[in-house]
Amino acid sequence: MNSEARAAVAFENVSKAFGPKQVLRNVSFELPAGETLCILGRSGTGKSVTLKLLISLLKPDEGKIWIEQDEITRLKETDLSKVRRKMGFLFQDAALFDSYTLYENLALPLRRLTEKTQEEIDSIVDSVLGQVGLSGDKAKMPAALSGGMRKRAGLARALVLEPRILLADEPSSGLDRITASEIDELLLRQKVERQMTTIVVTHDVHGARRVGDRFAVFDKGDLIAFGTSSDIERSDHETARKLISEH
Amino acid sequence: MARASWQETSQRGDWVNRLIEFVGKLSQFGSRVIVALFRRPFEAGQMVRQLAEAGSRSLPLVVASGFALGTVMTLHTRSTLVAFGAGALIPTVQALAFFVEIGPLVAALLLAGRVGSGIGAVLANMRATEQIDSIESLSIDSFKFLVVPRVVACVLALPLLTLFMDFSGLLGGYLSEFMASRISFHLYITRAFADLEWSNFIAPTIKTTVFGFIIGTVSSFFGYTTNEGAHGVGKAATNSVVVSSLLIILADVILIKCIFFAFPESAL
Repeated sequence: MNSEARAAVAFENVSKAFGPKQVLRNVSFELPAGETLCILGRSGTGKSVTLKLLISLLKPDEGKIWIEQDEITRLKETDLSKVRRKMGFLFQDAALFDSYTLYENLALPLRRLTEKTQEEIDSIVDSVLGQVGLSGDKAKMPAALSGGMRKRAGLARALVLEPRILLADEPSSGLDRITASEIDELLLRQKVERQMTTIVVTHDVHGARRVGDRFAVFDKGDLIAFGTSSDIERSDHETARKLISEH
Repeated sequence: MARASWQETSQRGDWVNRLIEFVGKLSQFGSRVIVALFRRPFEAGQMVRQLAEAGSRSLPLVVASGFALGTVMTLHTRSTLVAFGAGALIPTVQALAFFVEIGPLVAALLLAGRVGSGIGAVLANMRATEQIDSIESLSIDSFKFLVVPRVVACVLALPLLTLFMDFSGLLGGYLSEFMASRISFHLYITRAFADLEWSNFIAPTIKTTVFGFIIGTVSSFFGYTTNEGAHGVGKAATNSVVVSSLLIILADVILIKCIFFAFPESAL
């Protein structure tokens, strides 16, 4: 298990089904710390399920999932909370709490999970909002934010506890090319500044090529290709080659 | 013919199975609320927030309804009581009716409509938009954070709202009676409370904590456990009101028998 000890994230023969539908079948991969993995695939092939399995919002039917040194499929809820604190999750539609202001959305995890004083919380929230370019919007309710601002706010909330692993579910979906590029830029900056391990589920090949070190391609629940962009381009699977192609 | 009969039996069996499954899941959900209530963290901030939502924001509706109901009830009962020479009993009848049954039941049904539907819709929307998943992803127990404070708020708010319903009903009744007989407020109140025992007041008011638990638990159950996306939001809101109201009425029958058993003097 030497390689698993070094990997930030590892899947070992993971399978997951919803009723008769097999969503993931015997999926295995490892991602070294500090790298960015982009998961590609057609809709309904198990990409988002992979992220939810990583943060234990879903449990696999079979297999093991490693987050750093912890095998999370058999952890109790209290131990799982400690593992989750290493991770930040950017949801597809940001999933901000719509009855809270942007400030309260970011302050909530700090108040609940840390011993920080009010001044420290204010300072962290201001700093994280500054990083995503939303300094002047902290009193706004999520409904008053545009699609791009919501994504950036969701990213800010995912980063507020300074996670070592960032999971992002389609961070650029529903955004114009310029705003999508700004989100990619933010993800790249986190990777460089914080040496964060990042897993991004995306349909945007252009963005994926910008931020990704490795790529995983899913098709009908199977992991059909895994590796660098050149590895995928040389893959035996036509679907994998098509998905990584920008044309 | 035999095939049709078998299908009918089978469908009835399915319906019974679903009902038993629903009762089981709801009971399990209710038990989880009770267990979670005594575990840290106690979510005081969330409870205050939900108490304001369930309590103070329901107050105008409850007071207005109680006042209108009190006025109408006196208008209906007055002619009959006066015809039998029992006009002096109008305040007593009004007080007994409101404190023993109308106040607790109507306040509970109003809360089920206003707050229950809101809880069901809000939680179902949070489920559909992945807000509940995002709470879990932040290592926060979403059940303790979202469900328990809402149930506690309903349990605490309903007895207080019932008191407002009782007294606004009495005030409405007084206004109606004053227009007809010019009775003084002091005499009306003296007569209203002359035959009222503590057991007529305490036990029915306390029983509303059970109604509050039903509203909070049932509404949270439908909202928290839905997995039907946007369609589930409307369905959760409707089911919350319908099932809460039905269970309140059923619980009322059982609780009245319990009250009569515990306080035989209150059985009129």
